[in-house]
Amino acid sequence: MTETAIELVGVNKWYGTFHVLKDINLTVETGQKVVICGPSGSGKSTVVRCINRLEEHQKGQILVDGVELTNDAASVNRIRSEVGMVFQQFNLFPHLTVLDNLTLGPVKARGLTKKEAEERARHYLERVHIPDQAEKRPGQLSGGQQQRVAIARSLCMEPKVLLFDEPTSALDPEMISEVLDVMVDLANEGMTMVVVTHEMGFARKVADNMIFMDAGEIVEHGPPEEFFGAPRSERCQKFLSQILQH
Amino acid sequence: MKKILAFSLPFLILSGCGSSSTWGWYVIDPRTNTGWINIKFLISGMGDTILISVIAAVISIVLGLLVALPALSNRWPVRMINRVYVEFVRSIPLLPMLFWVFYGLPIVFQSMGLNIPIDPFWGAIITLAISDSAFTAEIYRAGIQSIPKGQSEAAQTIGLNYGQSMRYVILPQAIRRILPPLANQFIYIVKMSAFASVIGMQELTRRANELVVTEYRPLEIYTLLILEYLVLVLIISAGVRWLERRMGSDER
Repeated sequence: MTETAIELVGVNKWYGTFHVLKDINLTVETGQKVVICGPSGSGKSTVVRCINRLEEHQKGQILVDGVELTNDAASVNRIRSEVGMVFQQFNLFPHLTVLDNLTLGPVKARGLTKKEAEERARHYLERVHIPDQAEKRPGQLSGGQQQRVAIARSLCMEPKVLLFDEPTSALDPEMISEVLDVMVDLANEGMTMVVVTHEMGFARKVADNMIFMDAGEIVEHGPPEEFFGAPRSERCQKFLSQILQH
Repeated sequence: MKKILAFSLPFLILSGCGSSSTWGWYVIDPRTNTGWINIKFLISGMGDTILISVIAAVISIVLGLLVALPALSNRWPVRMINRVYVEFVRSIPLLPMLFWVFYGLPIVFQSMGLNIPIDPFWGAIITLAISDSAFTAEIYRAGIQSIPKGQSEAAQTIGLNYGQSMRYVILPQAIRRILPPLANQFIYIVKMSAFASVIGMQELTRRANELVVTEYRPLEIYTLLILEYLVLVLIISAGVRWLERRMGSDER
């Protein structure tokens, strides 16, 4: 039996009068990989950012592991402790070493000892294939390495769900695959993932469910074979033909 | 010709234009007994000037941060607290504020049934600290706002609360940008501490004034006074440069 990890029910959001999210309904089962794509400004990042309360939705319900996300600080903290996030711009802490980037959350927010946190950090650095960069600062690493450190930083919080907001969009082309490889490994290990990306090769490989968004709506969704093979809506066909033509 | 005159003018003045009646350096001539006593009298104000400035700066640095934090809130009524404080305090000239604190505040305390006398020392410190805090608050605000939003978002997603995110992520990065203008403010405090002389604080300026009254040699004594401030400020500048280098070196 599968459990529901994330559920969005009729989620709406406005920036002033601009309607960014229109009645978003989305269910992510535990272990599922959901890939969200769509043109820029379609609201795909906003969906992901609402799931861990970096943005607030104004209408509808967001449930993570059965807990509803409200303004109550306890619910926000509870949900953030179960949801990790990887950003387009990495957002590593430039003044701290890689190791300190990884141990800050576990030590300060989870109360692990420095030693426990470092063991955990080294374990996850190993998993993202950069065990030997622990003492460096983020600025000394390549973009691909930085993003892998950022993934390791999220993993150190041992989340149930990982959100990715265009994790490869800020990378040079030759570094994209090293990050995607790590993400594929994570997917194969059963991590629940919601990924906003334009990397359709990655999507075909790991996605259980494809979501296409445009103008704040989920226009189309379905398993990747169906989604790529026979997109039903015109907007989705057009989008796919644009990004897949090269 | 004009240029030559402009360049040489300061030297001509300092050398007394060759006429002994303009300058009377004897009043602070360390070779004579009274000159040496006078110098010691003037320089002994250094301690109070430094003490007032340092205590006021420390208070202002803490107070400024407390005033700056509401400015970063999402809620406008909270932001207003910051705005009102900064605009109000920033608009009060130092001297009237000093009078108000020194002569007025004890009366306010009295009417509240409190017996808190304010001596010149603390009167000066309170005034300098409050007056300066409006400026340090703006410096903090600018410094903190210059840190990309992604940093605090990342801090939130790894479970840090507001205080932890400020302490471990935002402020350590902001401090590099905050430090140089903050040092400027410290120099400003040192200079403004001269106002403490008017409420009877025996710091550098007050002592110079007192000596002028007895010796009647304003030119020499105030020249020395200016040099005293110059030395103080140069020392602070050197200290700040050293601090900046040290903090900059372990970045990147």
